[in-house]
Amino acid sequence: MEYVDSLTGFRLDGRRPNDIRQIRAEIGVVAKADGSALFEMGNTKVIAAVYRPTEVQNKGQQINNQALVRCEYSMANFSTRDLQEDQRGTEISLVICQTMEACILVHLMPCSQIDIFVQVLQADGETRSACINAATLTLADACFPMRDIVTSCSAGYLSSTPLLHLNYVEDSARGPDVTVGILAKMDKVTLLQMGSKLPIDIFENVMQLAIEGCKAIAQYIREVLLENTKLLESRKGL
Amino acid sequence: MLQSKSFAKKTKQGRVIKVVREHYLRDDIYCGATFCKVCDTSAARLSASASATILIVDTNVVLNQIDLLENPKIDDVVVLSVVLEEVRHKNLSVYNRVKALCTNPLRKFFVFSNEHHRDTYVKDMIGESPNDRNDRAIRVAARWYQSHLGESTQILLITNDRENKKRATEEGISAETVESYVKSLGKPDLLDLVVLSSSVDVPMEDVEDLRPSKKKIIYSEHKPMSEVTSGLLHGIYHQGKLRVNRYNPFEAYVGSESISEEIVICGRANMNRAFHGDIVAVELLPQDQWRDGKSLIIDDDDDDEEEVHLVPNSADDVPRFENPVQPMSGSSPPVSSHPPGRVVGIIKRNWHSYCGSLDPMPMPAGNAGVAHALFASKDRRIPKIRIQTRQLGNLLDKRIIVAVDSWDCLSRYPSGHYVRTIGQIGDRDTESEVLLIENDINSRPFSSQVLACLPPLPWSLSLEDLANSNREDLRHLRVFSVDPPGCKDIDDALHCKPLGNGNFEVGVHIADVTNFVLPGTPLDEEASQRGTSVYLVERRIDMLPKSLTEDICSLRSDVERLSFSVIWELTPDANIVSTRYTKSAIKSCAALSYVEAQARMDDSRLMDPLTTDLRNLNSLAKIMRLRRIKRGALTLASPEVKFQIDTETHDPLDIGMYQIREANQMIEEFMLAANISVAEKILKHFPLCSLLRRHPSPTKEMLEPLLRTAAAVGLDLDVSSSKALADSLDRAVGDDPYFNKLIRILATRCMTQAIYFSSGDLSPSEFSHYGLAAPIYTHFTSPIRRYADVIVHRLLAAALGISRLPPIFMDGPQLTSIADNLNYRHRNAQMASRASVELHTVIFFRNRPTDTEARILKIKSNGFIVFVPKFGIEGPVYLVAKDKGSSDWAVDEAHQKVTKAGTKITYGILQTVRIHMEVVEPQPNRPKLQLTLIS
Repeated sequence: MEYVDSLTGFRLDGRRPNDIRQIRAEIGVVAKADGSALFEMGNTKVIAAVYRPTEVQNKGQQINNQALVRCEYSMANFSTRDLQEDQRGTEISLVICQTMEACILVHLMPCSQIDIFVQVLQADGETRSACINAATLTLADACFPMRDIVTSCSAGYLSSTPLLHLNYVEDSARGPDVTVGILAKMDKVTLLQMGSKLPIDIFENVMQLAIEGCKAIAQYIREVLLENTKLLESRKGL
Repeated sequence: MLQSKSFAKKTKQGRVIKVVREHYLRDDIYCGATFCKVCDTSAARLSASASATILIVDTNVVLNQIDLLENPKIDDVVVLSVVLEEVRHKNLSVYNRVKALCTNPLRKFFVFSNEHHRDTYVKDMIGESPNDRNDRAIRVAARWYQSHLGESTQILLITNDRENKKRATEEGISAETVESYVKSLGKPDLLDLVVLSSSVDVPMEDVEDLRPSKKKIIYSEHKPMSEVTSGLLHGIYHQGKLRVNRYNPFEAYVGSESISEEIVICGRANMNRAFHGDIVAVELLPQDQWRDGKSLIIDDDDDDEEEVHLVPNSADDVPRFENPVQPMSGSSPPVSSHPPGRVVGIIKRNWHSYCGSLDPMPMPAGNAGVAHALFASKDRRIPKIRIQTRQLGNLLDKRIIVAVDSWDCLSRYPSGHYVRTIGQIGDRDTESEVLLIENDINSRPFSSQVLACLPPLPWSLSLEDLANSNREDLRHLRVFSVDPPGCKDIDDALHCKPLGNGNFEVGVHIADVTNFVLPGTPLDEEASQRGTSVYLVERRIDMLPKSLTEDICSLRSDVERLSFSVIWELTPDANIVSTRYTKSAIKSCAALSYVEAQARMDDSRLMDPLTTDLRNLNSLAKIMRLRRIKRGALTLASPEVKFQIDTETHDPLDIGMYQIREANQMIEEFMLAANISVAEKILKHFPLCSLLRRHPSPTKEMLEPLLRTAAAVGLDLDVSSSKALADSLDRAVGDDPYFNKLIRILATRCMTQAIYFSSGDLSPSEFSHYGLAAPIYTHFTSPIRRYADVIVHRLLAAALGISRLPPIFMDGPQLTSIADNLNYRHRNAQMASRASVELHTVIFFRNRPTDTEARILKIKSNGFIVFVPKFGIEGPVYLVAKDKGSSDWAVDEAHQKVTKAGTKITYGILQTVRIHMEVVEPQPNRPKLQLTLIS
């Protein structure tokens, strides 16, 4: 199958190889939670919520000099037709958990537990990136102390072209894909996963593309947060 | 710039499911006109002048009129992405042709992504069929172009759809049908390329008028697809590929999986408009109609006679005669066991364009007018095709290409249209090109991308090559090559060194092609597509570019070259003590021809080291050969014809059999041994993805003609195994020296062809090579001219840990399809070589009527087929003139004899007769070789 039209240079959905998908974010969708956000990347739709740090439930897991970050990831039953997606749940929640732990200043909250809840409402490729982005927004919304905004994005390599932001059809091609998470301002990589093997020179191109995608998302997230802050400002009458 | 529109569509995939896909609309898609002031013109391809006419074509125009579009006189065409998408779904080959047009820098074809353009995207309307929606999208795009480029530019929508044209005109878009547009151009030769749609079909007078009942239904209607599908499901119909008998176009076979036997289809009426290669649905005929197949043949004025051709080399080339002689009496049922059938529907057409010429016909009155002519393809399996032309006078003596458009049940012949002219009939270059086209051989020069992969010339061995720890420096060895005279692509060389312990070290060095042809490069893709080099009598069509085949890879003498070596330690009895494989660098000291090598070995005065090596190798080869024959390898004979070609005119000067010398057999023996050693090695490392070569045992049926002939001359052949057959062939010695060879030639044609396969596809018991009596075999020794060897080189390199296995080997189906392509290309290359020899035979005998000796190979009711040993050809000799129905010759099938009634004149099989060979032209421009008996 031809994933990039050789005549027009467009991908199946009309994007060029280094175009990101349409992204949209909304903060405060779950009013009761301390922080919540809805994050959309194309047709992928993810909701996330977080409460303020609590006491560690299972004392055996308590860490004395930092907070324990836990993530509960789930997929809504209606989110996809593909049942096999479900089986990756444990792995994805671990990935999210580790990525978030790297950006929260956990040492400020010793002996406590942070629970992040992420649910996929609609799956259409790149769910783990969407989850991380949603979690970032959520944590920012709940005013957790963070090093930086962590954003994630994936890039793949199909039809001999590096492609940014694989959608479901491109993802199903089972080509090599690289998921990257970065701390945008600090320019540090916190997550790097690869589906299959790639020659090193191609890998570098693909990864560079993914990093650019992450930065674009970070830019957008920052705008959303700024907007939100302004809104809060006006509400408080400042 | 990014706008998003999600749209929902329903697709049928067994059940109805809702599919939601993102669909981005954008504003950075440009119109492609060079003169446009608004758009970015860097990728523009359309006309530079604003007053030009820009054509927008609809899907059916692309599908049906692709030959017209390919004509360079048609330009400034916008192909919308919606059209392209539809074409891709309907016909992939047309899609590829349009794509080639759109990427050709010489043509002004532009692809406009109307589906992603903000202004030209149309949403489905309720109650609108997909077709109507696409038509609307085309009209919207046309209107956008008109308003975008302004009034001075004419945008013309080309459509043959009446409804679409009407609506376009209503919406203010100028629209034309193909015919009216091409007529307005005033170029009559373009009109020949136009396919007439059936709705505007002109009455076809000339051809059809000769028949009294003009609109008679000749073929039965095809069953509707739904009925065919349910019929297939219930086992009433059988699906399979129709293969027309090459030697009798009125007979075809369908191999179906639902029935174990092949179904035979007799006569054009039963074939019901199916072409060779079509996937058809077949219904079995009721039992009582099983034998009157012959009566169903529509009488056709095709000359159904056999032609003189080369002696076949395998069973696949042998003519199949369903009914060789009339049964002796009505008592016993005929031998044919294939159930007869009838085509009820065509599932997939295999129509493409065909090479051939027009049937001679008188000029119609008024030369300028439209003439209807019948086109006869060179491939006899294809029925005649009716075409319409305005340049009949021009075309009558030309080889032309014609494409098929339709075949309705009212017309005896399919209708098609002229595509292009190749050249004068009978001209050697034209005919050579015809046989290349017929065999699907790509003889175009290599593209610039392919040539860019080549190392720069002059190439020489670099220090890095030598520094590579995987490459052994063998330049000190006395390596030499033995090839046919004048061979430029030398891919194998040998060395032989006596060791201290009395054993010999023998090395086979093969050109290291994979060092230059890297996987995944355009060069590799091209080579894998071509599959093999093709050897015609007067030229060679290379698989790899010339600088590789004749220089960089060729193991010429006195230059340092890279090679891949197999090195054995052999005892003086030619037993292998050890085998070693390595990449190496060699320097050949002599490139000998077979004749030179033989002369050196025979000249007892020569005692130089090279000659000693040759003699050592030869004695080892003899032992190996003997052992191989003892194991049951067949020594088959095929009369290879060798032409002497005039270097100036390329016309054949002399013709004769290729002489096989001991030196040939010596080289062959070591190549076989190397191939087997490599096969063992790669299979051990990659049991699931090795490319091997197998030769299936012939079935009883295939050996039937051999046994019948043998029985007629009182010979008892044991065919139970290859060993038994080899032994009985050895015993078959007649009174004349040529008898044994003749029997071997007959045996050869009963064999199937050897084929490539991927070891993952078959079980190990099926790997065996019948002819060589080897459990496994592969091709390793000719990577310059065969792609299979390139693959095997990569496998061997990976097995040795020199390089990584390219990812393609992990993909089973892909590997199978590569093997299939290699088999196809290999076979076509052989067919083309044979056709080329046949062509030159006719050219050779054109001015040289010859009397010669021939042997009778097969008895028929009106004559016999003879084989001419001197020239390696066979053909019919008629005892009865063709137009005389009854003959006074009686056939005795049991003894394979034909006797003239009332006399003692008898001809028996394998008998020697004297014949006269002459080129005659029964019809103008159709020269053919005729054999007549000299009594």
